[in-house]
Parts: sequence; C-alpha cells; structure tokens
Amino acid sequence: MTDREDNARKIIALIEPYNKKGIAVTEGTRFAQDLEWDSLTVLDFVANIEDEFDILITMNQQAEIETVGQLIDAVGELSEAK
Amino acid sequence: MSDLFSKFDPLIETREQLLATGLTDPFGLVMEEVISPTVAICNGKRTILLGTYNYMGMTFDPDVVAAGKKALDEFGSGTTGSRVLNGTYSGHKACEEALKDFYGTDHAMVFSTGYQANLGIISTIAGKEDYIVLDIDSHASIYDGCAMGNANIVPFRHNDLDALEKRLARIPEGAGKLVVLEGVYSMLGDIAPLDKMVPLAKKYGAMVLVDEAHSMGFIGDLGRGVAEAQGVLDQVDFVIGTFSKSVGTVGGFCVSNHPKFEIMRLVCRPYVFTASLPPSVVATAATSIRKLMGAKDKRDHLWENSQTLHHGLKALGFQLGTDKPQSAIIAVIMPDLEKGAAMWEALLHEGLYVNLARPPATPAGMTLLRCSLCAEHSSAQVGEILGMFERAGRATGCIS
Repeated sequence: MTDREDNARKIIALIEPYNKKGIAVTEGTRFAQDLEWDSLTVLDFVANIEDEFDILITMNQQAEIETVGQLIDAVGELSEAK
Repeated sequence: MSDLFSKFDPLIETREQLLATGLTDPFGLVMEEVISPTVAICNGKRTILLGTYNYMGMTFDPDVVAAGKKALDEFGSGTTGSRVLNGTYSGHKACEEALKDFYGTDHAMVFSTGYQANLGIISTIAGKEDYIVLDIDSHASIYDGCAMGNANIVPFRHNDLDALEKRLARIPEGAGKLVVLEGVYSMLGDIAPLDKMVPLAKKYGAMVLVDEAHSMGFIGDLGRGVAEAQGVLDQVDFVIGTFSKSVGTVGGFCVSNHPKFEIMRLVCRPYVFTASLPPSVVATAATSIRKLMGAKDKRDHLWENSQTLHHGLKALGFQLGTDKPQSAIIAVIMPDLEKGAAMWEALLHEGLYVNLARPPATPAGMTLLRCSLCAEHSSAQVGEILGMFERAGRATGCIS
C-alpha cells in the first residue's frame, strides 16, 4: 500500500462517524455540498485529522479543500513538510 | 443580469415565514423613550430592559451626562478627522489617560468602536508568516480581524485547554504566534480559564490578546476583567475593550505594556482611516471609566442580580447556558427559533426586553434568549423579571 492509499483509508475512516446521510464516500465527495457538514462538524473532523497525522491544517488551507481527494493530497503534503 | 442579492434568498424566506405567523419582528424593535438604564418605552409600553450590555448603568450617570454636555458646548459636535490628522483633541488624550490609570498600563489607544479595535490590532500585528490561534466561539470582530490580515488562522474547540496546547505545539518553530481569547463569551455568558490558558500560551512563546468587552467594569476587584480576577493580567500582552457596554457610550480600545505599542497609531488602518470619536463621547467615556474604578458596591449588587436571576430561572425549569452564573449574561436556551421567537414576543408583551440570538451568532446552531443584567436593576425588578419569565414560559409551553 502506498502512503497515499494508507492516508486515504485513514481519512475515509475518520469521515464515517460524521457521515450522517450514509453516502458512499469517494475522492470526489464534497464536504459542504455532499456531506452537508456545518462549521462545528468541520472543526471536530479537522481536529481528528490533525491528531491522527500530527499536522496543523489552518483555516486558510481548509478554505482551499472542497473534496475528499483534495484533503488526502493536502494531508500528504503537510505530513511530508514536517 | 444576475441579481447579486439572490444569495440572501434563503434568509429572506426564513424571515418571511417567521413573520407570516404574526410574530413581532425581533430585529425591528424601536425604543420610543428611554427612561433609565433599565426602563424604556417600546410600542407605547413601559418595558424593563434586560438585553442592553449596560452592565454598570452608566448611561444616565449625572457626572457622565454633564461631562458630555460640557464637551459638546466647548468642542462642538464632531472632530471631522482621523486621530492621526485633525481628530485628536485633548479629550481623546484624557480618555486614553483614564484607560491607562484604569488598567495600570503604559499605553492606551482609543478606536471609534470595539469592532474596529479588534479588527485593527489583530489584522496589523499578525503578518503573513505568523499564526493566530483562537477559540472557535470568538466574536465576529476577531474573525474579521483574522480575515483582514494574512496570518495563518488556527481555531480550537471552545475553552478546551488540551486542544489549544496541541495546536501551539504543532506551529513551526520560530513562527510568530498570537493567541486570541475572550474573558466572557457573550453568547452563553461563560468565562475562559485564562489562569491556565494564558500561562500555556506563554510557555509556547506566544503573545496573548484578551477581549474583555463583557467583563470590564464588573469582573475583578478593580473591574479590569477576567484576567485580573484570575490573576494573569500581567501576562496578557493586549487587552481589547469597548465603551459600548459597562462604560455606557460607544468606542473601543486596546491597552498594552509593549514598549513599541505607539507605532500602532501609524500602521493600524482601522485607526488611521476613519474619523475619531466626537468630543462628547470621549468626555463621557473618560468620566465613566474613572467612576468605574471605585464602583465596588455596584459590582457587588450586579453579582447579586446575576445570581438571583440564574437561580430563579433554573428553579422555573429553564435550560441555561451555564450551570452557575459566571458573568452578567444569563443565556436561556430555546428548543428552536420558532419557540424562541414566540417566547421573545410573550416576554415583550409582559413588558420585558431580552435579546433573541440565533445562528450564525450563536454556537452549535442554538437559539438563545440572552439576558444581560445591570447594576441598576433593583432586587425588586429582578423579582418582577422572574414573574414575567414564568408567565411567558407557561403561555408558550417552554416550561410546564
């Protein structure tokens, strides 16, 4: 398994508790439109991602991330930059 | 042509649906006459004010009013200028002296509103490579200050010490750090554990800014706020405050002991590119601030009011924002916006004004009836208020 696949697996597992509508999560899934997350859900989810990968995702960076695939890429870049 | 207002359609619709039920518009109240800090005439009816932020009841203080009238006579109605050009009068300097004496700091800078104080200081001191770590429940003016600057913004869960520490630990070494906290969070009326958070921020080499808008004049032996009450004021780099609450007029400020603080007057755009406060406003503010220093009896009475109202509402069966009263704000949690608006209107019919607060201003999508007490509310008035809550609560089915 590549690092990216490993990250993707972990991220999708962290999405599940907040996947209230039970939709099939793919790399194209959008957080706001498809998962319909509000700001508090985003805060909790981002905190979980940050703890899992020991990284910081600033609000500035969050604003650029719309889909699950973009998050997987961002986590990869931030983990490498450590 | 696309209508730029289309984006507001969902809000317009929600509002129309609510008003179609025959409810009074909670955001369209007009006070025809103001009798005192605690009573006004609304829709021809004598109404007790319980949602004004007029914590210390200074708006009708005879010395404060006299100082304003004198300044109006002697200096005119306005300055028509920026603080850095023609807008600094002796009254502005006297107001800053009063703030320095009140907080015991070396520097004080007066802004035209509290909103601009946060906007200006936060956006100016945190630059591109710096990090701002802030509580998720921070006031809109703090978020707007973050948005106006270009620092990296890192929010943490409300009042969560562990979440704050994790984020501080992950900031790259050598980066500039500003931790932004509030003394009292105005929606639920809860206070921050500044005695733990401020030293923690210092341990990680961060500068600390505390917004004491809702605590100034009331909390702390000298009325300096939550940081004073919890014994960490000397570790706070910047205190932001407002004149529009306990001080009883309008305006904002930042006090600091930073040796280079005065440069802010040249680089802080919301300070430079706006007109300064009118002479009458700074005269009333300076007089009020000096009187607040020795207002211990009023502070004690306000605590009594806060405790009586909190205990009384809890006993009636209302769900409150905090287990125990922590400030002069008591938030009553409503099940939803419709019930909240109905209860708000029922209270108004009883002759009581409170704030109806709804998302996005509130945390976790809550609808709140926010009560803010005043040192000038008599104990009898607080009893009367509880009676009104009981009747309105039963009439709307909010309590059984």
